[in-house]
Amino acid sequence: MSLQFNNEQMTEFNRLVARYPEGKQKSALLPVLHLAQDSFGGWLPTEAMDYVAGLLKIEPIEVYEVATFYSMYNLKPVGKFVFEVCQTGPCMVSGSDNIIAYIQKQLAIQPGETTKDGMFTLKLVECLGACGYAPMMQVGKIYREHLTKEKVDAIIAEYRMQVVAQN
Amino acid sequence: MGVKLLLEKANVPGIRTYDVYRREGGYATAEKALKEMSIEAIVEEVKKSGLRGRGGAGFPAGMKWSFIAKPEGVPRHLVCNADESEPGTFKDRYLMEFLPHLLIEGLLISSYALGSNDTYIYIRGEYAWVAQILEDAIVEATKNGWLGKNILGTGFDCRIHVHRGAGAYICGEETALIESLEGKRGNPRIKPPFPAIQGLWMRPTVVNNVETLAAIVPIIKLGGEEYAKIGVGRSTGTKLISACGNINKPGVYEIDMTISVEDFIYSDEYCGGIAGGKKLKACIPGGSSVPILPANLLLKTAKGETRYMNYESLSDGGFASGSMMGSGGFIILDEDQCIVKNTLTLARFYRHESCGQCSPCREGTGWMEKILQKIELGKGEMSDIDLLWDIQRKIEGNTICPLGDAAAWPVAAAIRHFRDEFEWHINNRELSQTSNFGLQHYADPIHVPA
Repeated sequence: MSLQFNNEQMTEFNRLVARYPEGKQKSALLPVLHLAQDSFGGWLPTEAMDYVAGLLKIEPIEVYEVATFYSMYNLKPVGKFVFEVCQTGPCMVSGSDNIIAYIQKQLAIQPGETTKDGMFTLKLVECLGACGYAPMMQVGKIYREHLTKEKVDAIIAEYRMQVVAQN
Repeated sequence: MGVKLLLEKANVPGIRTYDVYRREGGYATAEKALKEMSIEAIVEEVKKSGLRGRGGAGFPAGMKWSFIAKPEGVPRHLVCNADESEPGTFKDRYLMEFLPHLLIEGLLISSYALGSNDTYIYIRGEYAWVAQILEDAIVEATKNGWLGKNILGTGFDCRIHVHRGAGAYICGEETALIESLEGKRGNPRIKPPFPAIQGLWMRPTVVNNVETLAAIVPIIKLGGEEYAKIGVGRSTGTKLISACGNINKPGVYEIDMTISVEDFIYSDEYCGGIAGGKKLKACIPGGSSVPILPANLLLKTAKGETRYMNYESLSDGGFASGSMMGSGGFIILDEDQCIVKNTLTLARFYRHESCGQCSPCREGTGWMEKILQKIELGKGEMSDIDLLWDIQRKIEGNTICPLGDAAAWPVAAAIRHFRDEFEWHINNRELSQTSNFGLQHYADPIHVPA
């Protein structure tokens, strides 16, 4: 098996499992899947799910049924930055349609697609609990709120710069 | 300025840290509870306070606590429901983000009263940075002796664990939350048994909303009776309202439930009026699942009386002419908003979030979305309106959990109050793509607020 947590990730795994009583380690499944997704490139290949099943001593099917149920787990590869734009009522009345159309145009992709350079994925999602700061999107672990066209441009440029700086 | 019990210190610089929270009088109430009060006395104060669950259902919190079973040798658990996912609702996020120690103090008192040595905060997965704020606050509280073993020498042990969900509205339903906390899909359980008897890992469990648990601090501080004097009737204490949509000042506000809906919308202290000087068209006053109300029925009840921001007044008239306080997610729609489109986004939301366990909800939510989509795209027929009505009626009350009702109500209320707008979409297929029904509902003699 090539996918494995490194030492640091394993320490985090042990910390997560220790929150639940003896014999109830399956309770750690959701947090551990988050850890696996963060550790293995932003998505969960079958191999990663099987690895988690082994660590938690549960059947692989118990992991698959959970991973397919919750919307935060990606079952396909995604870009380096995933734009998850809210489209539910409160964001819609605040103009999310225009923002979604603008992002599509700027990145030249449709919802569900990833840019050719593997940088950005666009996902349309349901309410993220930021209705007072609409329109908004989630990128990784943070929320980008009060979106305007100018702000979208700045955010795209910011992430492009980040990658340039890393290389 | 109204009474502030929860957000009083929200603007104190550094209140997120233990030192500042403590300096401002934090944890003094927990000290009083653990050192000077019996478990029974704490539960009694919560009962006297009349506190109603702040998650949406409004069930009396003290009564919920009194149901917890206490079999010998079986651990009990308190679970804090921080899975805030009802569209329009973002109050718990605010509370956790800015006042994490207030929640922890409330959790400590509540855990002590319920005998929970391991308490869990189930927080929606997307609030990752809020989860981190809570984790940091728990570390601080533990370091200072408020969590851990033998707290304040009382012999009471308490650990609080933050558990991140992974994107599923249904996990805000308490039995689905418990399933999820056990590492499973969020499929609600059939009740009974209720969680108070068999909940997390089949142990007695109480699940309370974030705001409910934070409110335990002022209740114990003031005493239940004093707390109950704030507010009106059975709407005691203060309530957090997350206001959003087409208003000048979206945000989280604490109200004492005696303010009128009109004042809440138009006063500068709260929403600051409709954005861009436009007219108010409609409002969903308690989170997306509660009935939408047209402006005239929002500001005044069917009897012509002023409507207030509290449980009783918002539901005055039942579903025929009233709505609900729900979670306090207050969504305002201005004159340019399309009711059909708004209802479509909500129907899509509930279709996406249905767990799929019960056929009426799994199938019905999809059908409602498709029909609404058809009408919105100018392909609707007159019979579609009755069909929609029929479907929502067959979902309501026919599912294991309240998600079915939550999906049905917005559609029912939209048709009930805005049938003319649905008809206009069907009669004006071309026009409906480029223009909008606007305020035609409010042709004389109905008063349209400025």
